[in-house]
Amino acid sequence: MNCALSPVALCLGWSPCKGEWGIRSSMRSVMPSVVQRLVLMALCLAVVTVFLQPNPSWAKEAEPLAQDPVMEARLNSLAEQLRCLVCQNESLAGSRSDLALDLRREIRALMRQGQTDEQILAFMVSRYGDFVLYKPPVKSTTWLLWTGPFVLMLIGVGVLLLVLKRRRLLPEPPPTPEQQARLQVLLKNSTPPTSTPPPST
Amino acid sequence: MKAKYLLPLAVFLVLVGFLAAGLKLNPREVPSPLIGRAAPAFTAPYLIDPAVIDLAVKPNAEARKDLAPMEFTPQELMGKVWVMNVWASWCAPCREEHPLLLALQRQQVAPMVGLNYKDQAAQALSLLQRYGNPYSVSITDTDGRIGMDYGVYGVPETYVVDKQGVIRLKHIGALTADDVQRKLLPLIAELNKS
Repeated sequence: MNCALSPVALCLGWSPCKGEWGIRSSMRSVMPSVVQRLVLMALCLAVVTVFLQPNPSWAKEAEPLAQDPVMEARLNSLAEQLRCLVCQNESLAGSRSDLALDLRREIRALMRQGQTDEQILAFMVSRYGDFVLYKPPVKSTTWLLWTGPFVLMLIGVGVLLLVLKRRRLLPEPPPTPEQQARLQVLLKNSTPPTSTPPPST
Repeated sequence: MKAKYLLPLAVFLVLVGFLAAGLKLNPREVPSPLIGRAAPAFTAPYLIDPAVIDLAVKPNAEARKDLAPMEFTPQELMGKVWVMNVWASWCAPCREEHPLLLALQRQQVAPMVGLNYKDQAAQALSLLQRYGNPYSVSITDTDGRIGMDYGVYGVPETYVVDKQGVIRLKHIGALTADDVQRKLLPLIAELNKS
């Protein structure tokens, strides 16, 4: 039991622990009046312009794609290879959970520091384990995972070959009395070759 | 000849066995790569002024020398077995394990560090006031940066760190009385001996 109880809801932005739609809390039922919103916006603008230096740690949501399309593309290709730990069946690129947002922001920061993809993957693995990788590395603990399907297939093919071989070696069983009788009839009638239709056995 | 017909049944039973075992596994319990590694260093602001709580932990002056008065670093607990509990006021399962943490604190098993994860100080404090404070050290991780270094992904999480500062246990999700009796307490007792 933990705060990641309902993966589906979480991945859609619902936070069960906060009991609200985290991302959309500003859009809940009663909206502030237009005037209030305008005032708020103006205030926000004022605050932003006061601090001329943009500080990346303020960013909560993904930054707009247009800001640095190359980096976003790199982030996406990297995040596609990583599993979101909150929504375990979603990639880090697709997940909308809070942790995924944080991690994407962190990856962006690492990219800005000039880290390579390998270094960023190592950053993730050192914290969350091989489990974050959709393609786990081949090592002693994962060899069964990698070779298992092939081993199973080999066993299957082996069994199939064995069965086929044994079947071929099996002697024909002697015909039963009924078959014998039918055979007699067929043999008797077979002088004109096309006179009888082939019996269905 | 009979055995041949029992084979599919045997295969089926094995499959059922695997599926039954799979049902019991918790997919959220991902083995942490941090076990057996040094606890990541950090400095965190206190949620509660340490002077206010009767600290079972005497701050290590050497580790504190570069720190601001309201900052904590795990270095201060070097040489002690300690427990770190990651929690938040918005986290319902945290409240489930809260009585267990309070009991642990009463027994003075180990210094308990409470890392308040991605939370608001006012809400966190009011919760501790209402339900009791199980932590000998209360620190905050507002942006989740420390949590990231500890691989936190499902609050609450509980860590046990040994005297050498190595993480020995990571428990994901709320602790149960069973977890405390079977995992936490024996491990702490064992680590305290060595």
